Amino acid sequence: MAQEAQKEMSMIIQKEMVSDLFNELARAKETGKKVCYTFIPGNLSELIRTFDMLPVYPEINALQSAMRKKSGGYIKEAEKHAHSEDVCTYVKCDVGMMLKGNIGPTGEKIPEPDVLLLSYTGCFTFMKWFETLKREYPNAKVIMVHTPYQENSEITPEMTQYMVKQFKEVVIPKLEEVTGIKYDEAKLKRHLTLSAEAEDWITRIFDTTKHRPSPIDAYFAGVYYIGPINIGFRGTQEAVDYYKELYKEIMERVAKGLGPITPEGEMKEEKFRLVVEGPPNWTNFREFWKIFYDMGAVIVASSYTKVGGVYDNGWRHDPERPLEALAEYCMNCYTNMNIPQRIDLLSKCIKDYQADGYLTNSIKSCNSFSAGQLAMMREIEDRLEVPVGFIESDLVDPRYFSYSNIKNRLESYFQMLDQRRVIGADIKEVEA
Amino acid sequence: MNKYYLGIDLGSTTSKAVIINDRDEIIGRGITNTRANYKVAADIAREEAIYDARFTLLTNRLKAEIDAKPEFRRYMEDIRSVFQYRQFKRRMDSLERMLKKTVSEFQYDNRDLIIAKLDEILSTIMPQIRHEFVNEDLGSKNQFFRDIVSERYNVMVAESHKEFFEPLMLAFDKSITPVENEMVKFNFKELVDESMQVLEEKYRGLAERPLEENKEDWYYAELNAVKDNYKNVELTLREHIDSIASDDIHISNMVGTGYGRALLPFPEDCIKSEILCHAFGAHAVFPNTRTVLDIGGQDTKAIQVDSHGLVTSFHMNDRCAAGCGRYLGYIADEFSISLNELGPEAMQADKETTICSTCTVFAGAEVRELLNNGEKRPNILAGLHKAIVQRAMSLIARSGGVRNEFTFTGGVARNQAVLKYVSQMVKDAYGDVTMNIHTDSIFMGALGGAMFARRNIAAHLPEPTKQTETA
Repeated sequence: MAQEAQKEMSMIIQKEMVSDLFNELARAKETGKKVCYTFIPGNLSELIRTFDMLPVYPEINALQSAMRKKSGGYIKEAEKHAHSEDVCTYVKCDVGMMLKGNIGPTGEKIPEPDVLLLSYTGCFTFMKWFETLKREYPNAKVIMVHTPYQENSEITPEMTQYMVKQFKEVVIPKLEEVTGIKYDEAKLKRHLTLSAEAEDWITRIFDTTKHRPSPIDAYFAGVYYIGPINIGFRGTQEAVDYYKELYKEIMERVAKGLGPITPEGEMKEEKFRLVVEGPPNWTNFREFWKIFYDMGAVIVASSYTKVGGVYDNGWRHDPERPLEALAEYCMNCYTNMNIPQRIDLLSKCIKDYQADGYLTNSIKSCNSFSAGQLAMMREIEDRLEVPVGFIESDLVDPRYFSYSNIKNRLESYFQMLDQRRVIGADIKEVEA
Repeated sequence: MNKYYLGIDLGSTTSKAVIINDRDEIIGRGITNTRANYKVAADIAREEAIYDARFTLLTNRLKAEIDAKPEFRRYMEDIRSVFQYRQFKRRMDSLERMLKKTVSEFQYDNRDLIIAKLDEILSTIMPQIRHEFVNEDLGSKNQFFRDIVSERYNVMVAESHKEFFEPLMLAFDKSITPVENEMVKFNFKELVDESMQVLEEKYRGLAERPLEENKEDWYYAELNAVKDNYKNVELTLREHIDSIASDDIHISNMVGTGYGRALLPFPEDCIKSEILCHAFGAHAVFPNTRTVLDIGGQDTKAIQVDSHGLVTSFHMNDRCAAGCGRYLGYIADEFSISLNELGPEAMQADKETTICSTCTVFAGAEVRELLNNGEKRPNILAGLHKAIVQRAMSLIARSGGVRNEFTFTGGVARNQAVLKYVSQMVKDAYGDVTMNIHTDSIFMGALGGAMFARRNIAAHLPEPTKQTETA
């Protein structure tokens, strides 16, 4: 109803893009296209396209399964096969799905991988995940790139060269071998040009939250917006067109002074503006979101929408330095930034988008995100004197989402923001 | 007309009500055990707070006399206790009827014998309880109806033959809940009159009784004063009692908080998060508070507040109950002792046995194993108390540590052993910070709620004077 009425053009475009990709994947055997499994952080989308491969993102499959309420069963299946309770639930969901026949979100079977391309090693689990996949798919070629961490808050030329060397000596030769296609740098450059363009658009889109009311929710809707750029369309004209259309729609909302669209229609009153750190919960995504919009809370920026690339500080794929650009891209993904960098980035978001609060969603089974989260929260609280909140859930394991606990904490948190705002203003008045 | 404000804190274990006047002073407190029917729990706590408020008003009126004359002080203390007894008695009468009704519906052949046994038990425990209320300090122990009765009932039943044991326990279990859930409204004046009669008998009896040697002098000084002058006190009291009883304790606004808050029949803007209420209450009592630790029945909260009592951040336990009051309740059940006995026994320990389990239920298994291995019970209890505090400390660390001053609230703050470990561990980790624990610690949430109610939910806050004090 309300939701139908709110179907924007961009949503339709995105849906078509995704379903086309899955259709192509389903037909990969017939068309002879090679299938490359890879992860969102540090994904080499343009290089994959240069070799005419089709990408599969196991963590996207996991979150899609969770949104379709299938992850619980998949996780149980994986646990039956001796994956411990403490293992990343994305992994277990993916393994479970594979064990249950690898049926993807569109109901069609996802083809087996020809290549397992690990281009981001900042998450240790990723390596173990692909080791598991390698055992299941012994014929797949494994390509592993080591991504240096930004230990000293910078990407040095040596770090870049170290990665470029891996691309030249390992990645490209192996991809040529698997696909039988010769590396075409001109083609890669064309993709990179389009990437930079899409990156410009998405940066503008996430920057619209500086408006009041914010026209978008940069977390709950943001995870949909990052879809195309993250799941293999970066470097395509389709992605550029999608983001142009989306930007146009958002600017129309800005012109009309409208707030974000929620599953129950437009958010009428913006009461709280938040910056959120950490991935969302996918098993109860709608319920989780509802707690926020029911209380008039809109997310004006989130770290999670930066997992597939951080463009805030002006970095773009540079077609003139193709391999260097890919290297920098891998090293520049959110979880590869050190803790002080993340603090700076989020502090900037809090200031630029005039957030009233900073909220952490701590994910039980995610080391990449959880490490340092409390320290970051403390530092941001001290530095900006912004009210901070902390909730706990999980990515795709429904057993770890406690609606009442989360609602209770969020209610308290929003009341705390409210109290500080109303009484804080009173106090300032009295003191003045 | 005087304005009063009500805060109700519906916790998972106990329901608390606090009434304040327009100077944020507590004039009434009420507490009861939370039961399946939240509304009844809230109503009982509120009614109790209103009776308590009337006594406070009475005490205030008689302030000059109470300060000057020991018999007034003594009488006022005694009458509160007897008043509680009269309330208890009403409920007890209802329980007696319910017990007999329950037994009469049993299928047992020996129903009449069971009823006779029941009569025997009740006629033994009732005078006991009366004595403890009227002549001892049962009234000040904050024990709930269910606990007072079941403690004594169980002792009696335990001595019964098996053929009575089962039906008697069954009858109690079936009868206690409906009686607890009965909303009994008392007439304040009637109850006071009854209480005065009871006291008259008591004091008259005293005049005829020889002195006992084992009491201290001041006790007798006070008692002798009452003995000789209680008639005067009665007369003065009667002058005031009518107006106090008919005084309209007008609740101008109220705020509900705690786990059951959503179930309270209050408008939405009169429902507040317990985090804000606890912090606000604790800060009102100790204005320099910067860190609040609240250990309640179902959760533990570490809260940081600013100089105005506004919450800046908080952390709560998730997914596990091992760090909160329910853990103690479970352990008390494991040992078949009452919650109130846990702390004192733990204080007898000569060392703390290490308890590894981070899970309430597993800790039970661990405890049994330790007992089998010959560990002393006080030492195990000490270890359990320490374990709870260790978990609370980790929560405090996550919320940003202890800042000066540190205030400990919640029902668990009444437990001496928990207090001991909190003091120790806070000192070890954060040095010599000021630690506040108030006898009203369990009422902090309700107090904060009442204070919010007075401010009409955050419309206007602290008077400038209060702020300069706290600054």
